[in-house]
Amino acid sequence: MVLPFLVVALNAVKSPADYSANGPLSLPEGIHLDGLRDFWQRVDFGRKLFNSALISGSVAVLAALLSVLNAYAIGIGRVRGRPWVLAFFVLANMLPQEALVYPVYYLSKQVGLYDTRLSVIIVFTVIQSAFGTYLLSSVLGAFPKEVIEAARIDGATKWQVLWRVVVPVSRPTIGVLLVFFFIWTWNEFLLPLVMLISNDNQTVSVALGVLQGQRLMDATMTNAAALLGVLPAFCFFLIFQRTLTRGIAMGAVK
Amino acid sequence: MSSHGHGVRRGRREYPYALFLLPGALAFLAVIVVPFLMNTGISLTHWQGVGSPKWAGLANYRELLDDSAFWESFRHSLAMVVAMAVLPTALGLVLAAALFDYIAKHIGTRTASVLRACFYLPQVLPIAVAGIVWSWILAPENGALNEALGAVGLGSLRQDWLGDPDFALYSVMAVMVWVQLGFPLVVFMAGLQRADPSLHEAAELDGASWWRRFWHVTLPQIRPEIYVVLLWCTIAALKVFGAVYVLTKGGPGGATNVPSYFSFQSFFEKTQVGYGSAVSTALTVIILALALAALRLQTRAEDQ
Repeated sequence: MVLPFLVVALNAVKSPADYSANGPLSLPEGIHLDGLRDFWQRVDFGRKLFNSALISGSVAVLAALLSVLNAYAIGIGRVRGRPWVLAFFVLANMLPQEALVYPVYYLSKQVGLYDTRLSVIIVFTVIQSAFGTYLLSSVLGAFPKEVIEAARIDGATKWQVLWRVVVPVSRPTIGVLLVFFFIWTWNEFLLPLVMLISNDNQTVSVALGVLQGQRLMDATMTNAAALLGVLPAFCFFLIFQRTLTRGIAMGAVK
Repeated sequence: MSSHGHGVRRGRREYPYALFLLPGALAFLAVIVVPFLMNTGISLTHWQGVGSPKWAGLANYRELLDDSAFWESFRHSLAMVVAMAVLPTALGLVLAAALFDYIAKHIGTRTASVLRACFYLPQVLPIAVAGIVWSWILAPENGALNEALGAVGLGSLRQDWLGDPDFALYSVMAVMVWVQLGFPLVVFMAGLQRADPSLHEAAELDGASWWRRFWHVTLPQIRPEIYVVLLWCTIAALKVFGAVYVLTKGGPGGATNVPSYFSFQSFFEKTQVGYGSAVSTALTVIILALALAALRLQTRAEDQ
């Protein structure tokens, strides 16, 4: 499972001469970072990292916020027609993006949002919050009623109950959602590929995918690209390992 | 509930809980509902993406039924269901059971969780990056797989893994198993932790073999997880796009095309927007039908 990553890391630090002389399986003769540096400059990788972080971070926060509002009404408010509302969110989450992509592309051109990071942030905030609403509604459905009633008797409005009681108590679930939304958005491909065409707005995924599609790179630079693409994901993984496994189990059982 | 609130808040009018749904509802209308209805509408027209669409009724769908390229892409979807749902679930079950009641007990829970993490790693990777890694490994010249085959004396097995129409689909399937396996594994291991260990121990005392215990004790206990994983993975398999885009662009000669890539091509390469919309609408109908059936089964199971 991790073997491909090791092979990639080995070849990303080889010089082209070393690679062509000894092939992909040998150990590098020395640490040669030109491939990494060339690739970084060629695609302006720092910029792509910034775009990915900005888009994913904004989506994570906004989608979590939207999920909390929706789930408060469904899970605690028990609004009428709740199973239907919930089914609607689940189905929205399962919709293939292909069925949205052309109208989103067309409409964003009409309103002047095409090729802006904001357009991608808006779309993914909604898509991710569909899953968040589904998960958080079932968690809040089991929220102890006495706690809420006690706060209400003390004179808190619904808005105050949400921020002072429900959100602090649900912090672990909201944390899981933030991590998942961030990583999912970071990894998204189709919509960013269609919506972010200028170099300045592209994400890491799109930049790497487009380069790969053009097949312009030599083997060492391909490996440098792959290594730079793997590293952020690997960092998230090390930081969020526990949250991730907890979240998957939670998502599956609900 | 609301009358209770009124009693407490004497006099002051309280907004209903439904108001909290308002921002979400408006956002969903703009980003999901309207585009989805537009897509369905466009599928009933001939449209190049510029100028005004020409009404075509069901012509696109009739054309779809006769389009062998579409049916082929659809058959590849079934191959993706095997690669992304069936195989990862089956392998995930065996691996989860092995990690849980062999490695964790005899070697240590730390080793088990490190192994679990290794299997899960590809899941957090952008598919574009996984695509770069694998298209280099599977490259015909100088690719790591071909070099490795040569190194162990199996040089006669060297292939153009992604460029040969006979192998491309299997190569993509193999990559997808690698990508997907971690998800069922993590879910099943969480499920096994919830299961009652005494049943397993009793079966072991009765002398049941590992396979018999796996089949008669482990599997029934995590049936809900198996069910959810199969559903999620099947839907993911029907939607697969990025992997095909990065690994093969649907090629060679359509050998790895899938409906989502097919619709993307119609939209942005062939500018047959009406036709592309018909493809994506058909795909949506299949996915939603599957999801609805699953939701029904789940609520029925919960009612019992």
